Amino acid sequence: MPEVLKEKEQKKLSAKDFASDQDIRWCPGCGDYSILKQVQSVMPELGIPKEDIVFVSGIGCSSRFPYYMNTYGMHSIHGRATAIASGLKASRPDLSVWIITGDGDSLAIGGNHFIHLLRRNFNVNVLLFNNQIYGLTKGQYSPTSELGKKTKSTPVGSLDHPFNPLALSLGADATFIARSIDREPKHLKEILLRAERHQGTSLVEIYQNCNIFNDGAFSTFTDKTNKKENSVYLEHGKPLVFGAELDKGIILDGFHAKIVSLKDDNVSIDDLWVHDETDRNKANILVRFFEDNATDADARPRPFGIFYQEERGTYEDSLSQQLEQEVELKGAPDLNKLLAGANTWKK
Amino acid sequence: MTLEKENTQVKNVLDKVTILYAGDSGDGIQLIGNQFTNNTALYGNDLSTFPDFPAEIRAPLGTLAGVSGFQINFGNSSIFTPGDLCDVLVAMNAASLKKNLSRLKKRGTIIVNTAGFDKKNLRLAGIDPVDNPLTNSSLEGFKVHEIDITKMTRENLKESSLGSKERDRCKNMFVLGFIYWIYNRSLDSTIDFLERKFKGKQEVLQANLKVLKSGYHFADTSETFSNRFEVKPAEMQPGKYRNIVGNQATALGLIAAAHRSDMNLFYGGYPITPASDILHELAKHKNFGIKTFQAEDEIAGVCSAIGASFGGDLATTASSGPGIALKGEAIGLAVMMELPLVLVNVQRGGPSTGLPTKTEQSDLLQAMYGRNGEAPMPVIAAQSPSDCFEMAYEACRIAIEHMTPVFLLTDGYIANGAEPWKFPSAEALKPIVLKVKDARAEEDAPYLPYKRNEDLVREWAVPGTAGAEHRLGGLEKDKETGNVSYDPENHQEMVKIRAAKVNRIAKHIPKQELDSGTTSSKLLILGWGSTYGSIKTAAKELQSEGVDVAHAQIRYIHPFPENLGEILSNFDKVIIPELNDGQLIKLIRDRYLIDAKGLNKIKGLPFRAQEIKEEVLNHLK
Repeated sequence: MPEVLKEKEQKKLSAKDFASDQDIRWCPGCGDYSILKQVQSVMPELGIPKEDIVFVSGIGCSSRFPYYMNTYGMHSIHGRATAIASGLKASRPDLSVWIITGDGDSLAIGGNHFIHLLRRNFNVNVLLFNNQIYGLTKGQYSPTSELGKKTKSTPVGSLDHPFNPLALSLGADATFIARSIDREPKHLKEILLRAERHQGTSLVEIYQNCNIFNDGAFSTFTDKTNKKENSVYLEHGKPLVFGAELDKGIILDGFHAKIVSLKDDNVSIDDLWVHDETDRNKANILVRFFEDNATDADARPRPFGIFYQEERGTYEDSLSQQLEQEVELKGAPDLNKLLAGANTWKK
Repeated sequence: MTLEKENTQVKNVLDKVTILYAGDSGDGIQLIGNQFTNNTALYGNDLSTFPDFPAEIRAPLGTLAGVSGFQINFGNSSIFTPGDLCDVLVAMNAASLKKNLSRLKKRGTIIVNTAGFDKKNLRLAGIDPVDNPLTNSSLEGFKVHEIDITKMTRENLKESSLGSKERDRCKNMFVLGFIYWIYNRSLDSTIDFLERKFKGKQEVLQANLKVLKSGYHFADTSETFSNRFEVKPAEMQPGKYRNIVGNQATALGLIAAAHRSDMNLFYGGYPITPASDILHELAKHKNFGIKTFQAEDEIAGVCSAIGASFGGDLATTASSGPGIALKGEAIGLAVMMELPLVLVNVQRGGPSTGLPTKTEQSDLLQAMYGRNGEAPMPVIAAQSPSDCFEMAYEACRIAIEHMTPVFLLTDGYIANGAEPWKFPSAEALKPIVLKVKDARAEEDAPYLPYKRNEDLVREWAVPGTAGAEHRLGGLEKDKETGNVSYDPENHQEMVKIRAAKVNRIAKHIPKQELDSGTTSSKLLILGWGSTYGSIKTAAKELQSEGVDVAHAQIRYIHPFPENLGEILSNFDKVIIPELNDGQLIKLIRDRYLIDAKGLNKIKGLPFRAQEIKEEVLNHLK
């Protein structure tokens, strides 16, 4: 290896090293900027050389992302980043692979590949930018838009019941399920770090504001006045507490989650649901905290953080093991033997 | 086993024989067809086969729709087709006789299982019992041998502990044994096969062996045939041979190319008839480090391959027409990103689901033009089962050396057909030059992923290469940096460059040759792909009858060989036989402005040599 490369390897990288020389073309004020910044800032902390990192995206506003990263990258075709990344990871388990996708890209046109990626459990990270709208095609409803959404393609309201991306992911047996939001950079960065450390497919849904076509879609979770009332931040081993004065909590009554007031004399913090990332049953309940917080007075707060994670062998590890076993069983490859087959004759 | 009477029997020596095994799709016809093929290959005959079976796994029992056939043509000299008409028809039931009688030569031999002609079977075949072909005189002129194969099989297995269904399933072995005796063959290859297949299943193994031998002895003792026949081994080029099926050859070609280029082989695909056997064959050889990925759909199949190619693997996928249609957008991405990718289309009858188990050459224009935008890519075609090896290898070579996706067209006919193959040694394979970018120092000038060499081939830098980080994608690229570019001049230039890059491959492929005839012949028969055997047979027969024709078979379709135009310019008459409604002819007329005439068969079946001969003679009148 040339000297200069050795030096480079030892050089501590900064967020700036991960920014490419390309002008960023998202609309001013787009939530994507914040996500890009956090991804670039988390990269040096991973300790992975930038040539070993690949960002793969599909089509949509968020899918421009790889152009802005000074790593290897592919801006592919609509909905297929998950399938392309599967082949890449199968061929190159040594790489750190990040999939950048949106709600249309991963849940409409790419819905099939999305669920199959999750069940196979390749060790990749999926950042699902959810803005509940089609931005690049200028404002049609998406699979996560709320029922009745009025858009250019649904002037009198959409008839589609929306997907709950995290419930879908859990149903597809994802091994790491998390949610964050563009306006909470510290939280987002922490989740990104945890996602990369998880061995298996890490699904991170990121609420992202499209200030042009769906401005304020997540204002219930970002406006200072009410965000604390409408969101609960999950931490492993900690009780589910929320509210502006941290005066509310969630208790688990059988299979039912209920909001309680800690001001109530009969409830103490010890009675609350303690978050356990490894509990699949509880995760099933948590992902269903999905009421419309803007209109439903009884809505439970929307959870952010890591809902669930489990250890399960990755696809690429199983594949490598299988190939090794086959060498043990059948011996090292011998092309001449293979070409000759079992029966030959001489002329 | 020893054959006591071997030397005392009178033998009729024949030059070549065509046998058609036919029966219900549950009768094990394909199995005995394959067994007879392997035996014939080991015996030293040249041969060609044509398996023909219904799309339904278990079509309604006893019906015409459920008839499965396996035709083999073998001889003491070169054989290029499975034969137009057969000498021997084995019919396991009434439906198989009804469906195939027209394929039997005049005075041909019929071996029937009489149990397949009872009232029920006749009704299922749509034959009125009074018109039973075994009792009315409709088979007069043929040599008919009636055997109650079902009864004999049951009789043989009286003592067996197997269930009656399992016992009946052995009846194909009776037929095979019977035919082995007639053609003076050893049972050894099939005994070996059965011992391997039924390892650990003693009862089943013993039953099959018993019925196989019983069929053999019955032929001997029943004096059904007064004579045994022999087709002497064929004169072939000296060397080592094996028997090979087309799809298997394709898989081996991919493996060999990966081995020769020192790359890892990745195959991403989705099961589809008639391409699935390529996936099956590759999955058998995982000790070669082959990564086979059965994806969730056709799109994911090709996309996973594109991902693997980006990662530096030799990435491949195979499908048939409908699957290729689904892959179209992703293939365009590979064209844009200029990554190596091998796509095999084992063509079948279309459009839509079409005729899944029948053959056709109707995806040539899909391969040429079936993508949005100007998306040129190389297209090559295999001309016989064993040629699938060479062309799969060539597809990989072109993909790697020219940084492009490549289409290899085969079809159901050669993919399922078999022939003897003088296989190469690993050392004799053409070298494949793989050049990947080395690590670069940081202070070097910015990396230019779309910089090209004299063949307009761009560099390949795979992830993990320091200093060569770059982004690819489906948006138009700047001609050097690869960054997104909407510049009008750049787009026009890139469209032209991508086309020129593919055209320059013509300098790196073999020149077109005439397979037979001369440039002064009166007429050229110009074929492509799997019609090779039929055209070659027709041309040879015409030439031996004194008709001055030439034959050329195109395997490199895009780009065409550099000298093709020059060859064509010698002929006043050019006939292009194709198993489609005229596709190569469009390319030839477009490129060379010649008045070629088409001969088009779109029946899901290969050409008979006779059909080509008749057409040629019509044109020479």
